[in-house]
Amino acid sequence: MTDTPVETRKAARSQWWDVWDQFKSHKGAMLGAIFFVIILFGVLIGPLLWPYDATTIDIRSRNQGPSWGHPMGTDQLGRDTFARVMIGGRVSLAVGLTAMFIALVLGTFIGVLAGYFKRLDGILMRTTDLFLALPLLPLLLVVIMLFRETLSARFGPEGGIFILMVSAIGITSWMQTARIVRGDVLSLKEREFVLAARSIGTPNRRMITRHVLPNVLSPIMVSATLGIATAIITESSLSFLGLGFPPDFPTWGRLLRDGTDFLQQYPERAIWPGLMISLTVLGVNYMGDGLRDALDPRIRGR
Amino acid sequence: MTLRATLLGAAAMMAASPLFADGHEGERGRDGQLNIIYWQAPSTLNPYLSGGTKEVESASLVLESLGRFSNTGELLPWLAAEIPTVDNGGVAEDLTSITWKLKEGVKWSDGTDLTASDAVFTWKYCTDPNGGCAQASYFDGVESVEAVDDLTIKITFNAPKPFPYTALVGGESPILQEAQFKDCLGANAPTCTDANFGPIGTGPFKVTEFKANDVIQFEANDMFREEGKPAFSSVNFKGGGDAAAAARSVLETGEFDYAWNLQIDPTVLAEMESKGLGSVKTAFGTSVERLHINQSNPDPALGDERATLKHPHPFLTDKRIGQAMSMAIDRSLIVDIGYGAGGQVTCNVLPAPEVYASTANDSCKTQDIAGANALLDEAGIVDTNGDGVRELDGNELSVTYQTSTNAVRQDTQALIKQWWSEIGINAELRNIDASVFFGGDPASPDTFQKFFADVEMYTNNFAGVDPEAYMANWRCNEIPSPETQWQGSNMQRFCDPAYDALVDKLAQTAGIEARAAIVKEMNDMLMASYSIIPLVHRGGVSAHANTLGGVLISDWDSELWNIKDWYRVPE
Amino acid sequence: MLTYTIRRLILTIPTLLFISFVIFLIVKLSPSDPTSNLPLTIPPEVREKIRESLGVNKPLLFQYFLWLKQFFWLEPRIYLETAFGWDLGTAGEVRLISYQTRSPVMDLIWQRMPQTLWVVGTAYVVGILIAVPIGIYSAYKQYSIFDQAGTFVSMVGFSVPPFFSGVLVIVIFSVMIPNDSFWWLPSIYDTTHQVTDWESFKFQFRQMIMPVMVLALQITAQISRFARASMLDNLNQDYVRTARAKGVRERGVVMVHVLRNSMIPVVTVIALGIPGIFGGAIITEQVFKVNGLGQLLIIAIQGGDVPTVQTLTFIFAILIVLFNLIADVLYGLLDPRIRYD
Repeated sequence: MTDTPVETRKAARSQWWDVWDQFKSHKGAMLGAIFFVIILFGVLIGPLLWPYDATTIDIRSRNQGPSWGHPMGTDQLGRDTFARVMIGGRVSLAVGLTAMFIALVLGTFIGVLAGYFKRLDGILMRTTDLFLALPLLPLLLVVIMLFRETLSARFGPEGGIFILMVSAIGITSWMQTARIVRGDVLSLKEREFVLAARSIGTPNRRMITRHVLPNVLSPIMVSATLGIATAIITESSLSFLGLGFPPDFPTWGRLLRDGTDFLQQYPERAIWPGLMISLTVLGVNYMGDGLRDALDPRIRGR
Repeated sequence: MTLRATLLGAAAMMAASPLFADGHEGERGRDGQLNIIYWQAPSTLNPYLSGGTKEVESASLVLESLGRFSNTGELLPWLAAEIPTVDNGGVAEDLTSITWKLKEGVKWSDGTDLTASDAVFTWKYCTDPNGGCAQASYFDGVESVEAVDDLTIKITFNAPKPFPYTALVGGESPILQEAQFKDCLGANAPTCTDANFGPIGTGPFKVTEFKANDVIQFEANDMFREEGKPAFSSVNFKGGGDAAAAARSVLETGEFDYAWNLQIDPTVLAEMESKGLGSVKTAFGTSVERLHINQSNPDPALGDERATLKHPHPFLTDKRIGQAMSMAIDRSLIVDIGYGAGGQVTCNVLPAPEVYASTANDSCKTQDIAGANALLDEAGIVDTNGDGVRELDGNELSVTYQTSTNAVRQDTQALIKQWWSEIGINAELRNIDASVFFGGDPASPDTFQKFFADVEMYTNNFAGVDPEAYMANWRCNEIPSPETQWQGSNMQRFCDPAYDALVDKLAQTAGIEARAAIVKEMNDMLMASYSIIPLVHRGGVSAHANTLGGVLISDWDSELWNIKDWYRVPE
Repeated sequence: MLTYTIRRLILTIPTLLFISFVIFLIVKLSPSDPTSNLPLTIPPEVREKIRESLGVNKPLLFQYFLWLKQFFWLEPRIYLETAFGWDLGTAGEVRLISYQTRSPVMDLIWQRMPQTLWVVGTAYVVGILIAVPIGIYSAYKQYSIFDQAGTFVSMVGFSVPPFFSGVLVIVIFSVMIPNDSFWWLPSIYDTTHQVTDWESFKFQFRQMIMPVMVLALQITAQISRFARASMLDNLNQDYVRTARAKGVRERGVVMVHVLRNSMIPVVTVIALGIPGIFGGAIITEQVFKVNGLGQLLIIAIQGGDVPTVQTLTFIFAILIVLFNLIADVLYGLLDPRIRYD
């Protein structure tokens, strides 16, 4: 975009204003965004304000129900569930968002390239097949064995495992997006407006950013929404199977998993983290809906 | 003690367990189907090919051995007519051979007779060098097994064996049928899938269908030697799922009659039990959850000499620190939170059988944080730089504490970390996937043998009732090191020539009293070194439906050892 | 299209060989060990013997080529022999043996295939049948109550992992409802059950309800989202306006023109999911004790059972490559403008 003159940059900015106006007028999207921001701030700032620490054990007050002191009760070691949900949210949101981001960028990039350039299609899609076939659990075991010591030395034991988990989940979850995007691009490439743009000599890069990407946005948005949920759940499933974050390290998935055992006695232990996952996913979903509508010029202003 | 009785040759155990003459007799198969759930599914029914508990226990319905251990640890004659002892002439005076007599008229489920040559064959099967037999240690020191006649088996040892009841005794070394397995020796073992999945046995049930890692169907064995047993006509032995689901299926939904190994939160288990459908039973054997305190230095900077005896640990070799670490732990709270009925506080690495259990260390049963602090202060191990962590000769008392990944273990880790922080010892927690931690892969840095940490926690035990081999685990030459490819069972690298001398002495001592005295001395020596800190004496926790009678679970043998006597309680 | 398909089919062979080698390296390098599940009472010397008898310590490439030979040369011949009664000289050759069960891996897989296909396959079909209409209708009536409710339910459904939803339905239908009630459902799947008559079919149906319900929830959520998004994209296209202007009935516009053009992402997702049916549903299978291929895979991974993990993952890889090829061919049928040649 270095060669674009000043007027178009102005025009572009006003276009983003349009998008923002449209986004604001989407009730669901605003509600989703507000929820998401509240959760985000809650997990980032909450632990600093809350008097209890997520790992402090207080045996005398274990297995308590909700009260003013412990609004979500305490667990079997007397740790405050509210503090754990907040700390757990940091990790879950970070894993979810980062893995989604990796998956999205990588998936869209590979999907567009494969769909648009016929020469790259074969090699990229065979690579996708390879990644789809990789067994995640043994892969994680190998990755943990190979890289844990070095990463722990550099980022601390928890930082190390965090990087491992995020990259493992990220690099094993972009393939679906890639295949979906490629499918759409293949069909898009033959549409009249793309043919028209090509006939006037639009360069490939402009073709992709101007004409192809905006039109494959909706499946990408769906992938993104589902991607966050998938990453959070994959993390919890890995903990369920004994990999991933250590059991004393709270994440939403882990808290939900541990709470499941107490479903009959202390249902709130499972409900709170479960609710947080669902709210986050719903929030992101509505934001995605709003963004998709806002970016569609045919709907905008309607 | 019952063990003494067996060794000294009491004749009282001749009769085959007339324990349940309580009016539940009747014809065989009268009580219909019995449903058992093991949340880890058996992968084969040949216990010689897989040493896992689930395989051994499921196979014990079919395969039997010469003697079995009861729920009290008493050795009962099973396929043998009586337990051979020195007194009744069954064991040679010089303790180098034992002669077993089989019961008369025992038949395999295919109708052929059980003979001494089947026992001889089983020995050959397990000791074949290419077979990879998982129970080979049961035949350690066995020079030969001979069939004197059809019903007499003579086992000769290459050295005096004060406790000769290992080979072909207990659920882990049952007798296989020679006719069925004769082509399956050595490297051919895996080609005999049909035999491994459906062994012919002498037990109360026979296999009708085996689905590996899923489900086994048994039906009553028509050829079983005891009339009117088993009471059940068939057994559905389901595997898979998790412990909580297994407990639920017995205690809450009533779909199953018996569930094994219910390691779940004690409050959840108690809540399930309160529904009144079933009851939870615990059997204590020799399992002890313990901490190993590394006596060698695991510092990565030492390279290849890391965690070897060439470099003693900078501070954990100081017994006072180990003692303080032990004193700071509230063992009864660990039991309450993680084990419930499935655990007891213990201060010994060898808590059972009773005759071997020392009482010299019982002071550890109560937590004493003040005492631990005083001990360290007195020793001059104090915090000099004000960071809340004590130092010894400039080394911060900061330890890495590793264990396998398991919810109860991580709770225990968190508790102990908190207590240690109260006495000025800092712990960094680490947990490793069980398949890696216990895997023994020499390429992995995370195995429990390599012990590249300061403290590690797990459970160990020994099978049967004789601790000789178990206590020999802490000899100097059992220390894992690069020279031994990190094999060995002396994890904490404890090395004391006086201890090794006791191991040798035990191997030559007969007589339960004399052996018990030596064993206690060894146990106390280990405890006094504070290189090993016992936490919990763990039992096997199982649940059975209230409509199921005759269950006597045992941790000394297969839990299902007396399944022939089980029956349906009339409602 | 035909030449494209043939070219792709030929290309799959080197692709699959390469994939199999990568999988083998990963499985082999991962540090779990076949003796790690054994009790600690088994001494290290014995463990070493066990490892040796399994062939764990043989050179890496030797093991890989042995696996290749067993999988591609020996096992197919054995199936031909049993199917047609021929003698292809396989007697005495060592089959592909699982470390854990010491029995042929392929037999285990065949044994588990039925329950996995039944449960996961049914869930998939049910999921698609519910999801596609929901997706179409939600898009057509965007932001209606139906659409909002559908979005809410499917997103919540998708964000609840099966280890929770599975236990929840068990607590409701197996524990809270007394087991003599009509509504009671079994919490443990009986894999030995044979369907022979109406009664046994009813039993099979009842025991499948809960696992299918839990699985279908996830599948429905996912597919309906993609169907909805893609329909929305197409409903505003020019050709829809043209069709309406030409007087095509509304039903025809939506069900013929829009639906067909919206199917590409849906087909992709469905095609990606079908290999997953064969891969089983690890957690759902574990919760309901279905013991299908997913459970086989996870046990094998935990037990360091290299041949089983390798074989299962590779079969999985074959299906992935195959179904992606099918999806590509379907693109061409759905949108004739897509040309690969």
